[in-house]
Amino acid sequence: METYRSSVMLCGGTGCIAGGSLKIKKSLDAELKNRGLENEINVVLTGCNGFCAEGPVMTVYPEDIFYKKVKETDIPLIVEEHFIKGRPVESLMYKEPIKKQTIPLMKEIPFFSLQVLRALRNKGLIDAEKIEEYIARDGYQAAAKALTQMTPEQIIDEMKKSGLRGRGGAGFPTGLKWEESARAKADQKFILCNGDEGDPGAFMDRSIMEGDPHVVLEGMIIGAKAIGASKGYIYVRAEYPLAVHRLKLAIEQARENGLLGDNILGTGFNFDIEIYQGAGAFVCGESTALMRSIEGKRGMPRPRPPQSAVKGLWEKPTVLNNVETYANVPQIILNGADWFKTLGTEKSTGTKVFALSGAINNIGLIEVPMGIPLRKIIFDIGGGVPKGRKFKAVQLGGPSGGCIPEALLDTPVTYEDIVQTGAIVGSGGMVVMNDLNCMVSVAKFFLEFTVEESCGKCPPCRVGTTVMLDLLTNITEGKGKEGDIELLEELSRDIITTSLCGLGQTAPNPALTTIKYFRDEYESHIREQWCKTGVCKELCTFYIDEGKCKACGLCKKVCPQKAVSGEKKVPHHIDQSLCVQCRSCYEVCKFDSVQIGPRAMREELKQKDAHRLAEATAGKEG
Amino acid sequence: MPRLTIDDLKKIKEQYKSTITLREGGYRAKVTVHMGTCGIAAGARKVMEALLDEITKNGVKDVIVTTSGCAGLCSKEPMATVEIIHEAPVKYVELSDEKIRKIFKEHLMNGHVVEDCALVMGSETAY
Repeated sequence: METYRSSVMLCGGTGCIAGGSLKIKKSLDAELKNRGLENEINVVLTGCNGFCAEGPVMTVYPEDIFYKKVKETDIPLIVEEHFIKGRPVESLMYKEPIKKQTIPLMKEIPFFSLQVLRALRNKGLIDAEKIEEYIARDGYQAAAKALTQMTPEQIIDEMKKSGLRGRGGAGFPTGLKWEESARAKADQKFILCNGDEGDPGAFMDRSIMEGDPHVVLEGMIIGAKAIGASKGYIYVRAEYPLAVHRLKLAIEQARENGLLGDNILGTGFNFDIEIYQGAGAFVCGESTALMRSIEGKRGMPRPRPPQSAVKGLWEKPTVLNNVETYANVPQIILNGADWFKTLGTEKSTGTKVFALSGAINNIGLIEVPMGIPLRKIIFDIGGGVPKGRKFKAVQLGGPSGGCIPEALLDTPVTYEDIVQTGAIVGSGGMVVMNDLNCMVSVAKFFLEFTVEESCGKCPPCRVGTTVMLDLLTNITEGKGKEGDIELLEELSRDIITTSLCGLGQTAPNPALTTIKYFRDEYESHIREQWCKTGVCKELCTFYIDEGKCKACGLCKKVCPQKAVSGEKKVPHHIDQSLCVQCRSCYEVCKFDSVQIGPRAMREELKQKDAHRLAEATAGKEG
Repeated sequence: MPRLTIDDLKKIKEQYKSTITLREGGYRAKVTVHMGTCGIAAGARKVMEALLDEITKNGVKDVIVTTSGCAGLCSKEPMATVEIIHEAPVKYVELSDEKIRKIFKEHLMNGHVVEDCALVMGSETAY
């Protein structure tokens, strides 16, 4: 084996690849060869590093230097300065946004230093396409332990003691699920992995499947031994081509090395895994619908009981766990349940991976101990809200979750505490919203998603969510009536209690939580015909407060309609007959002089304009 | 590809140890070869190649090699700093292929400073 003096871990996650990391790899390889360094410096394409906002990113070891927003054209400079002369390139290092201080080392950047990596422990440290690198980081040691030193009962016991709960959203204890399935008697059992990640803004599972595919296989092998399954399926959406590619490769490598198939590791245990690609229906993330889909039928949920643990795929006992849940299993087996419980709270043990997106500085993927307050995630790790805007709400749990307002930001992230707010931990999508977001429109967005994705089997979900969406659309278009809010609440309660599956039972959450915390916004939409954020075009009027205007001309510059008029040193003015309510002027104004008024103001101002024009004309004539 | 046994897993882990140590940290010793314009001109690249060669030949997994810029003593290049964890760093000067191989054997493997080529104990601060 070659001894390298440096490893360059270039992020090969979907985000960084879209930013050009494959081209960067090619030119880096070429440049190193050109300078005769190819045997000294090892370039590795890893899975998602997590700091997607700064992508494409790379980390250089042993120094631990973190480079961000790397371009192909930066490569000659990096090779010359850093790899040949040992002088890291400062212009590509991370700069802390507030004090503008350069932080060269990855481990000292707050985004990374405040995280604890367990499910993502190989993140950015191994080549996802090389089984040897996974093995070098203790890979398959847990499977070996489970297959040779533990009985199924002991495995289940350890899982139960660890308190690990399903990371897909529902939070059901994994050990209990396995136990129920292990008890069921059958000639064949199945173990399934749910990689049908469908929440808007969520990419936790994709990142694990892309960056550390073997950990998923190892978790499934351990589960298979625990329940006595001989066959497993990974259900991945076809929209995740890189995840599918890396999983396929991992399965082939595992088979070649005798880690899947007959007589695994010479222990006499037989188990194999296949990939099943889903076509992208949101409902197929629901367990019974997912199993239907693998059977080749239309993905639709069925009533329970019987539970899948007893009668699941092809009527056989089946365990279905989420990708991140499996990623936690090998560590629990290797280090024990007590180690696992050192992080988290009594009822929510371990860590959770979250995908941060929306109005937040550090968009990316993070892993934190359960019980950490939301505020710490959003402001310390996430770096707060960009462009000096104000935080308004954070959406957790996607279309099944809800919006949590500023006042509740000290809520610890645990299954029990988040449910109290009306949201759910969910699979880990965290979308941050700033003061430019209209909460009625947010609720409408999620309802549009649910209506689109409802499978149509049960009327409460199929009809109920459509009626809710109609009501919300009316409110945003100025057709809302007194009583609409109460009707939305009543419908929500009915849909929650009567829907067949988890999707319908949680679909009203986005509407319910926005009504709960932002009822005044609904009321001003309905009663005053006023969307105070200027999102609902029918319900706002943009005008300039002449007392505050400094005549800087920014609004005039950005207006696509040429509706803003004004000279230097003269307060500007918006022509209401030209304005299309695009909100550009409001967003750029630094002096808070562009204001948003109710719809009724538009006519008033138009009349004023006409009056002014008439006066001016009269003045000229006179 | 052969089917792996549990022992094979350990062997693969051992084989890849130096690669992983480089990324995880936890190495026993670090050698910094100074690679400023002066160092490169005086033959620092050959020194580094010789060192990497010794490490590979001897199957050493816990020593890492890295580079830095000019150490500020251009007349005494090529230079290298050897840091054994928990011990004071030692700066070596006017190195050659043979000298670095000697330092590898005596200092890095056996813990004896090679006084003939040593300049000083201590190190400049780098990233």
